[in-house]
Amino acid sequence: MAEVLVYVDHVDGAVRKPTLELLTLARRVGEPVAVALGNGAADTAATLAEHGAARVLTHEAAEYADYLVVPKVDALQAAVEAVSPAAVLVPSSAEGKEIAARLALRIGSGIITDAVDLEAGDEGPVATQSVFAASFTTKSRVSKGTPVITVKPNSAAVEAAPAAGAVEALSVTFSAQATGTKVTARTPRESTGRPELTEAAIVVSGGRGVNGAENFSIIEALADSLGAAVGASRAAVDAGWYPHTNQVGQTGKSVSPQLYIASGISGAIQHRAGMQTSKTIVAINKDAEAPIFELVDYGVVGDLFDVVPALTEEIKTRKG
Amino acid sequence: MSLRIVVTVKYVPDATGDRHFADDLTVDRDDVDGLLSELDEYAVEQALQISENSDDDVEVTVLTVGPEDAKDALRKALSMGADKAIHVEDDDLHGTDALGTSLVLAKAIEKAGYDLVISGMASTDGTMGVVPALLAERLGVPQVTLLSEVSVEDGTVKGRRDGDAASEQLEASLPAVVSVTDQSGEARYPSFKGIMAAKKKPVESWDLSDLELEAEEVGLEGAWTAVESATERPARTAGTIVKDEGEGGKQLAEFLAGQKFI
Ligand SMILES: Cc1cc2nc3c(=O)[nH]c(=O)nc-3n(C[C@H](O)[C@H](O)[C@@H](O)COP(=O)(O)OP(=O)(O)OC[C@H]3O[C@@H](n4cnc5c(N)ncnc54)[C@H](O)[C@@H]3O)c2cc1C
Ligand SMILES: Cc1cc2nc3c(=O)[nH]c(=O)nc-3n(C[C@H](O)[C@H](O)[C@H](O)COP(=O)(O)OP(=O)(O)OC[C@H]3O[C@@H](n4cnc5c(N)ncnc54)[C@H](O)[C@@H]3O)c2cc1C
Repeated sequence: MAEVLVYVDHVDGAVRKPTLELLTLARRVGEPVAVALGNGAADTAATLAEHGAARVLTHEAAEYADYLVVPKVDALQAAVEAVSPAAVLVPSSAEGKEIAARLALRIGSGIITDAVDLEAGDEGPVATQSVFAASFTTKSRVSKGTPVITVKPNSAAVEAAPAAGAVEALSVTFSAQATGTKVTARTPRESTGRPELTEAAIVVSGGRGVNGAENFSIIEALADSLGAAVGASRAAVDAGWYPHTNQVGQTGKSVSPQLYIASGISGAIQHRAGMQTSKTIVAINKDAEAPIFELVDYGVVGDLFDVVPALTEEIKTRKG
Repeated sequence: MSLRIVVTVKYVPDATGDRHFADDLTVDRDDVDGLLSELDEYAVEQALQISENSDDDVEVTVLTVGPEDAKDALRKALSMGADKAIHVEDDDLHGTDALGTSLVLAKAIEKAGYDLVISGMASTDGTMGVVPALLAERLGVPQVTLLSEVSVEDGTVKGRRDGDAASEQLEASLPAVVSVTDQSGEARYPSFKGIMAAKKKPVESWDLSDLELEAEEVGLEGAWTAVESATERPARTAGTIVKDEGEGGKQLAEFLAGQKFI
């Protein structure tokens, strides 16, 4: 069976969930070979093997942390040359898309970004994309070269599928461009203890209606009662009430959870672009005419300062 | 010293309009108004700020690849304060994909001459967020992308990239390709004076032959990707809407429990 390269997104050896989803999708197209780079690369092997990686190609070097993007492109290119895969799958993070694009150009292939599903087709993998703020669904394929496809988080349910996961050292020679952009300082994000926004099964978001940074605690309390991640509209972020890393929408994160709860958010097209593919959508807004209500499965017209705390209380009571 | 900045700007269908696909599965541009991609306004703004903060002689050129109407996007950027514009237009460009677009842009940037390229973080139609990285690869210069803060001094570009796991400070020597996010600073509105001045600023038009490109390298024919189908997503079935009369929170909890979220 043809092999499929899967780029591994990990933090010091801890594999992030979107990579496990990619391994599940990769098995529809061929036999997954994972590529893990940087500090802790070899530590990813056990998890990757449990989820279907037949082989795990690893390479550690300081360059991956000290310079932007290009060292990873060099390594992935070396992996493509070593494996001759039928496709290359990369998680659709900002960096993942940049790595995938440069790789595609180097190996003379086309690229599809932000796939939400993947199937095997007669002429290679067929990717589903959700475009124009999720108002259209397209199916596309790469027509030249080895398909390079980036896939959004939450595009597949993770399935375990034990495989060999044999660790092999990848041999990488860095290009002249590899050291072009130096990372001179790095400030890691503090963990909130809540699930990752893009990976969460439930997202609870607040907008301008939350009316102040201190009031976000009621959004957080609802999120915690459901084990959810917290999101925010750009209006709330621009006002400085919540960090930009939590922004949902076109220029923030795009989320696709089982449940999305929007409080005090009007539902502008740029916000919809980031949440419209959520399975179940709920909104709380005091304006019955707010466009967000066009999307909802369940909407409450009311003051969020009444509805949200009451909902949180009721959830806590029901959960005992 | 002089600094030549090329800002890439895309002309896109208005996201608040009714966007559609044409029969050949390319974007239907006749049915909906176009405009300068809002995220590219941030790129123009940063170019103008670099120019205003510099002792050097800075020239800001805006570049677009797009149909006749894409001149509107260039006019907007010129009225914000850019010095001149380049419009790459050719019937054979219809249906060009990301790799093809980056090829045409890279050729045009090389022909124009540059020390710094500034792009938006993503277009508001394709929203791929890959063209700046592709330009850096094609031009063989550093990519300093997704910056929420950018500065240029003594032939070095510095910036801050706010990622998921960390916030990073980046640095590279010119020439380089930069992309900026919508966190980089509000874009200015064109003034009346700016709008009048823009009418006199030079707009050059280049076609494929000016860039020594062949028709089969671009457009639908040259594309590395093929769209097989585009279907409108069915409208969501109307949901239940209740008015809170004291029981809204409880009713919502009931709904969530029914859906097995509680
Ligand atoms: C809904 C949709 C989905 C698509 N999916 C794919 C796909 O999966 N694969 C693929 O190869 N192509 C795809 N395309 C085509 C692709 O969008 C265009 O070829 C293209 O212009 C580059 O991608 P982008 O617009 O997403 O740019 P991005 O990479 O998002 O743009 C980043 C920046 O590059 C600059 N830029 C981009 N295009 C131009 C331009 N024409 N003129 C000047 N500057 C520009 C701007 O500064 C912009 O802010 C898609 C198009 C649409 C409308
Ligand atoms: C290029 C570009 C990119 C953008 N990217 C994004 C993006 O990524 N994400 C994003 O979110 N936006 C984005 N925007 C901004 C977007 O257009 C909207 O301005 C933004 O989403 C509005 O946020 P909001 O819904 O919180 O605020 P508003 O539109 O002001 O809505 C607030 C809502 O709260 C309701 N409300 C007020 N008080 C209460 C109360 N006490 N109880 C209940 N309801 C209440 C009001 O009825 C109203 O509907 C972008 C814009 C541009 C131009």
